[in-house]
Amino acid sequence: MDALSRYEPIIEDFAAFLDACERPLPTTVRVNPIKATPDRAVDALEDAGVAVQRRDWHPGVLEVDTDKPGNTWPYVHGWIHGQEEVSSVPAAVLSPERGDVVWDACAAPGGKTTQLAAEIDDEGLVVANDDNLGRLSALRGNCDRLGVTSAAVTNGDARRTTLDAFPNVEAFDHALVDAPCTCEGTIRKNPDALEGAGASASRNLAALQSDILSRAVELTREGGTVVYSTCTFAPEENEGVVDSVLAEGDCRLVEFDTGLESVEGLTEWDGETYDDSLAKARRYYPHHNDTGGFFTAKLEVVA
Amino acid sequence: MSENVSHQFERLPATEDDREVEGRPTREEVVDWWVERFDVPEDTFDGYTLWEKGKGKVWALPYDLDGPVPVEALGLKLLRTRQEHWKPTTDAVQRFGRDAEQNVVVLDDEEAERFIAGDEQELEWDGDWGYLVVAHDLAGGVEPIGVGLYTYGDLTSMVPKGHRRDL
Repeated sequence: MDALSRYEPIIEDFAAFLDACERPLPTTVRVNPIKATPDRAVDALEDAGVAVQRRDWHPGVLEVDTDKPGNTWPYVHGWIHGQEEVSSVPAAVLSPERGDVVWDACAAPGGKTTQLAAEIDDEGLVVANDDNLGRLSALRGNCDRLGVTSAAVTNGDARRTTLDAFPNVEAFDHALVDAPCTCEGTIRKNPDALEGAGASASRNLAALQSDILSRAVELTREGGTVVYSTCTFAPEENEGVVDSVLAEGDCRLVEFDTGLESVEGLTEWDGETYDDSLAKARRYYPHHNDTGGFFTAKLEVVA
Repeated sequence: MSENVSHQFERLPATEDDREVEGRPTREEVVDWWVERFDVPEDTFDGYTLWEKGKGKVWALPYDLDGPVPVEALGLKLLRTRQEHWKPTTDAVQRFGRDAEQNVVVLDDEEAERFIAGDEQELEWDGDWGYLVVAHDLAGGVEPIGVGLYTYGDLTSMVPKGHRRDL
């Protein structure tokens, strides 16, 4: 937990934060509305002897009293997908509409892709990209099991993505950049998540993250929304990345509220100051909602 | 006639008259096959464009794109054509088989568990031989599980190995 000590100045009730980081995560699933309503999924899980607790902020997020939700009929039918509660945040914040063309820049293994497909009622196009060929099979497998028809899966470097493969698409309506990160916020499920974490690891990733976010802003139409998210606490990978892309002048931050407890984004860190509007980003800490750690920023493309 | 190019998605021709690639099924043939085989509503694939990638594999996408599209996957794989008996995919039967009214067999709990485990089982069935939609009752409705092959009194599970489960 030493790698977390540098966050003591920015996290209120730091002891509770550390305690939460040491507890295992509850098992949660997201209901796939392409195939089933939350009520029907709950019924099928309870028929299988799995106790279910629903979450107030999102009708599709369920805590399940089993560590193997994959061994149930609702899973076989693609009614549910194992997804950490807080990782349902970015697609819900992006909230695209039926018929939209959406880019998921770093899509594997596909939890958020399939959620985006559900957000557009599986009518439209979700371009789901990942640069890691090995992880594409998980992405494709999850799209297939969940009955997603609206996904186009691509294998490329998000920083150099073009729309060439889709001749009659001029721009994305919206984009999600759930960036590769140091994953410090997954410490509750990956005990070795903090190995190698620290300011220098975070600074090393920031350039890649900024380049991907910048590309997403470029490829999205004026008036469209870009959501940037990570599962790390590191400001270098969060506010620092968004700040550098804001400085390019083509987007602005907008406020949002998911209903989950969270705190404002930082406007200063480690001697750096960020644009005041970074306060509109949200930080989700493990002791807030009994989840992993997460960061989300919502951007509107203005040029 | 041009050749089928296997690394990109190409739109199915609407009808026989529009066909430019030898052996490529038409949109009309694919839609008619689902309607004739499973009696799904005729408008099931309205709003979807249909594509071929690889030899005979047909995919559905709810978006109107020009082709060809050089991507890894485009929409949901519906079925395999270009062979004597066209074969629907598990995923397509789960997604579009709910409204099927023909060649649907509804298993009881024990039979459904054998089916998803990948076992072959004897079945009394007086309908067509060949590929069936295999379903069961779940949480207040009939839900398709996958594809079964019915021949000589036996139902063979076509559930892909990675999807089999002991429930």
